[in-house]
Parts: sequence; C-alpha cells; structure tokens
Amino acid sequence: MTPAAATAAARAEGERLLAGFAAAGALRVEAPVLLPAATLLDLWGEDIRARAFLTRDPVQGEMVLRPDFTVPVVEAHMAAGAEPARYCYLGEVFRAQERPSARPREFLQAGFELFARDDPAEADAEVFALFAGLLDGLGLQPVTGDIGILMAAVRGLTTTAARKAALLRHVWRPRRFRRLLDRFAGRAPAPPERAALVARLAGADPRALIAAAGPLVGLRGEDEIRDRIALLVADAGAPPIAAPEAACLYDLLGLAAPATAALAHLRGITPLMPAIAPAVDRFAARLAALARRGIDPATLPFEASHGRSTLEYYDGFVFGFHAADPALAAVASGGRYDALTAVLGGGRSIPAVGAVIRPALVAALREGRA
Amino acid sequence: MTLRLGVPSKGRLMEETFVWFAARGVLLARRGAGRDYAGAVEGAGGVDLVLLAAAEIPRELGRGRIHLGVTGSDLVEEALPDRRAAVAALAPLGFGHADLVIAVPAAWVDVETLDDLDAAAAAFRAAHGHRLRIATKYHRLVREFLRSRDIADYQLVDSQGATEGTVRNATAEAIADITTTGATLRANHLRPLEDGLVHASQATLYAARRAEWGPGETAAFAALATGLGLEGRPPPGFGGA
Repeated sequence: MTPAAATAAARAEGERLLAGFAAAGALRVEAPVLLPAATLLDLWGEDIRARAFLTRDPVQGEMVLRPDFTVPVVEAHMAAGAEPARYCYLGEVFRAQERPSARPREFLQAGFELFARDDPAEADAEVFALFAGLLDGLGLQPVTGDIGILMAAVRGLTTTAARKAALLRHVWRPRRFRRLLDRFAGRAPAPPERAALVARLAGADPRALIAAAGPLVGLRGEDEIRDRIALLVADAGAPPIAAPEAACLYDLLGLAAPATAALAHLRGITPLMPAIAPAVDRFAARLAALARRGIDPATLPFEASHGRSTLEYYDGFVFGFHAADPALAAVASGGRYDALTAVLGGGRSIPAVGAVIRPALVAALREGRA
Repeated sequence: MTLRLGVPSKGRLMEETFVWFAARGVLLARRGAGRDYAGAVEGAGGVDLVLLAAAEIPRELGRGRIHLGVTGSDLVEEALPDRRAAVAALAPLGFGHADLVIAVPAAWVDVETLDDLDAAAAAFRAAHGHRLRIATKYHRLVREFLRSRDIADYQLVDSQGATEGTVRNATAEAIADITTTGATLRANHLRPLEDGLVHASQATLYAARRAEWGPGETAAFAALATGLGLEGRPPPGFGGA
C-alpha cells in the first residue's frame, strides 16, 4: 500500500469512528493545529518539550504543534460549553521522537470527550463501552485501571502530610514512588548522604548555616530554605509507615486480575485501608455500569498501576486497547481527568472522561497490515 | 577519494589536537595565513584536514561529510540523538576535560542531591507559581538525565552563554553547565550537586558511520589507525564497530 493510500485509509477509518461518536451524541469540534505552548508547558514541563514540536512566533512567543486535542477541547468547553457535553474530533497530532524510532511523527487521532457532573461510573462505562464497540472484531486486548484507588490509598496512609504529598506527586513516576515508599515504610534506609545532611542541619541555626554557605542568589528565598530544613529534620524523626498498612499499599500497586476478582480483593483489603472505601465503591459502580452495557467484568483485565507511566493526566478510571504486537503504540487509550479540568478551568472544574483512537492503526489492523 | 579529518579550527582544543597527533607521528597544520581554514597533513597519506568550529563537528560527523572528527564528547552527545548509529568513538584523547554538572546556589544548604532538588522544586513551584528554572544550553542531555532520575517540577531555560550569571540575574534558579575547576561556579556562588554529573566530557576522536567508506578511505584509515595506535579498531564504515 502506498503512503497516500494508507493515509486515505486512515482518514476513512477516522470518519467511520467519528460517525460512531456522533451517533453516541457527540458534537464534532475542531482545534487549531498551532497552539500556544504556555499552558502545555506549565502542565507537563520538559515532558512536553521532549514529546512535542515547539516553535516560536515573533509576537505570540512559544507555540506547539498540537500534541493532543484534550487541552484545547477542555478549554473551549470551560469557556462556553453547556452541561453535560459530548465532543468528538478528528485530526493530526504531532509527536517528536527523541530517539531513532519507527513511530510516526504525525498521525491522525480520533477522540471522544464526555463532561458530566452526574454519575461518573455511568460516564466511565459509556466511554469504555463506546470504544469497545467501535474496536470490536480487531482482536485487541483491553486493559483497565484506576489511579483514583491508588491516590485514595496514599491519602489514607498514617504518616505525615509531607510524605503523602511526596508520594502523590510521584504517582506518575513509578520508580521514584517506589523508592520513596520503600524509605517511608522503613524497607530501605535513608540514603547515607541524607542522614549526614540531616545531622548537619538538625542542631544548627538555619540562618547561620545559610549565611556561612555564601550570599544567597536567585529567587528561592531564605524562608524557603528554612522551611525545607524544618521538613527534613521532621521527616528524619517521623516513624515509618506501619508494616501492615505498607503491605496493603504494596499489594495494591501490584494488583492485576480480572476486574471482578480485583474488586473482591479490594473489598478484602478495604477494612485494612478504610480510606479506599469510596474509591472502591466507585470501582464497583463502574463495573456494574459496564455490565449493563454488555462488558463482562469477570473477564475484563484490571491493573491497579495501569496508566501511571503516561503524562501526568489521569486521576481515576484509565483504559487502553492494545494490538498483539507490543511494538505498536496503543490503538486506543483514555481515562478520567477531573483534576486537569480544575487546572485549566481557573477555579472551575468539571468531571471529564475521554479517550482517543489511532485510526491508522485500526485501518492497518483491518487490512492485515499490522 | 581522501579521508576527511575534521579538527577544531582554533584555540586550545586545536593546539592540543595537533600535539596529540604529532606525538603519534602525524603532523597537522593550518595552511597559509591565519584566517584560512584549510589544513595540511604530513605523515599520513590520503588524509585531508578540515578545520571546523568544534560545535559544528558533531553535525558534520552525523551527516557523514567528514570521516573522522575531533571534538568534545559533550557536543556529540548533545547534538546527535542517534549517536551510536551515527558515530563510533575511536579514542578519548585525554585533554579538553570538562564536566557537565547541575549546580545550585551554594546557600541552598538543604539541597545536596537530586532528591533534594526534586523536593525543593515542588515547594518552589507551589510558592512561586512557576517551575524551578534550570538554565542550560545542553537541553537534550540535561532533560534526559533529569527524566531518567524522575525529577519533576523543573523547566529548562535556554542560555547560550554566561550561564552562571543567570541565577544572580534571577532568570533561573539553578544551572546545568560545563565546568573544569569549578572556579566560575564558586565565583557566582553556585555549587554542583553531589550526584549532578550529567556527562564527563573530553576531546574524543570519532568516526562517522554514514560517511562514504570506499576502498581509498578505508585504506587511508587503516594506515592512519596504525600510526595513531588504534589497531584493532574495525573500520567504521563496515558495521559492528
């Protein structure tokens, strides 16, 4: 197949998917290809610089070639949308590849976003079932997860607010999360340089230490340094997270099972981590809603850590659909991103769930090319 | 065809490169008057000397427009994302040592490691409403380094010169820059993080895998390699190197 024919096939597949989204009540929207970079950079920092094509306008400053539709669609909805709202879109997105890679720099994305205040379980199930239906027959493997359960478990830990905040901040960086948890749970000692630092800071007058180290340059103030010294010293004296509680969290991080079995397991550990009860109830409600839509939770794969190594974005239900070839990008992926709408809404927020499909991969799979 | 050898066109890097080759019986020289960037080679047949700005040598190597090149490994690592496919490092030359380090104000007595920097960045962002800025010209190397260590809440800001001054001028909170003795950092009240060594650079002789390696170039390379004491290095054009 020529590149032109492949592009035409991807576009035709994209239009078929959009017709499916429209039939589900979605309003088709457009977004500029060239977006101001400031919002995306503030949200994702260097991760977006590594993944997106950035360019510069002499007047507007840094601009980015649309890496994703979610941010412009959320911004448009927050500015003018009625509720509840369903949107769909089809267009090119652009992703830089830092390393030599066969993955495309430019590809079509078809997406669906649902903004609704009532019944998040129903909204989650609606989006998942819609995608499962549109992708039916392609032999894809679904996977689901729920970052909300993990976050609830961290919030419920019996430890200092600073430790909980540090863990929550690194939910999306699993290695660092694990290192922090090992340390907070007493499974790994504090690094020796940290112990030496705390020993130096603990007995001394912070102002004198700072003054002796040199004139303070830059925006980070002496008060900020003193605050962190206090935190470091307090943290060194904080007791480890109790072993049974920590064991539950480790167990949760590794939980991978069919959804019904995962729910039974979570119900089993909820008495040990009562803080996850509301999130587990939401999980149960979602599974019931999925079952009503013909998705069998007894066979639906669930991984508690799914979605943690993507951009910092989702904070609840997450899902993906993958082809057999592990070298291929996910054919579809999505999830709930309530917190993101609060960041973009400037004080307002709306519960939101959405997902995207790569029509080129769908077309290739249909034609046996992938 | 001749083998094109790219060498820095001025300064200590050029002089030390000439000394390194001369010590191995290959005399490199700039030809003619000072502004003429052509060069001459004695003691090795079939080799053309091409004098280039050190910062241009990685690109020329990457495109295969020169067969061999001498430049700082920091410049190659930064400029060539596909370094392993583009070039083979034939020999570290033992000079031009410089460390690319992440440095913070010396008065940050609470920040000694990357873990500390990560925690300080979180608090800084909450207090100031923007990410902790790290000024550098080595964007790719520094970003990969910080991402590989799961640092969050920072951003890189571009600084093509006088990077050590950016903190004092409040256009950055920290820097990532090349240092040899640390004197410039100290003069600007900055201190490297204990585990903030991004790359230990030195002048290095590279071969370009994408250059044209015909029989003439390969023969010239074999003779030059013998003279330079690089025997045992497979010819760069023929895979596997």
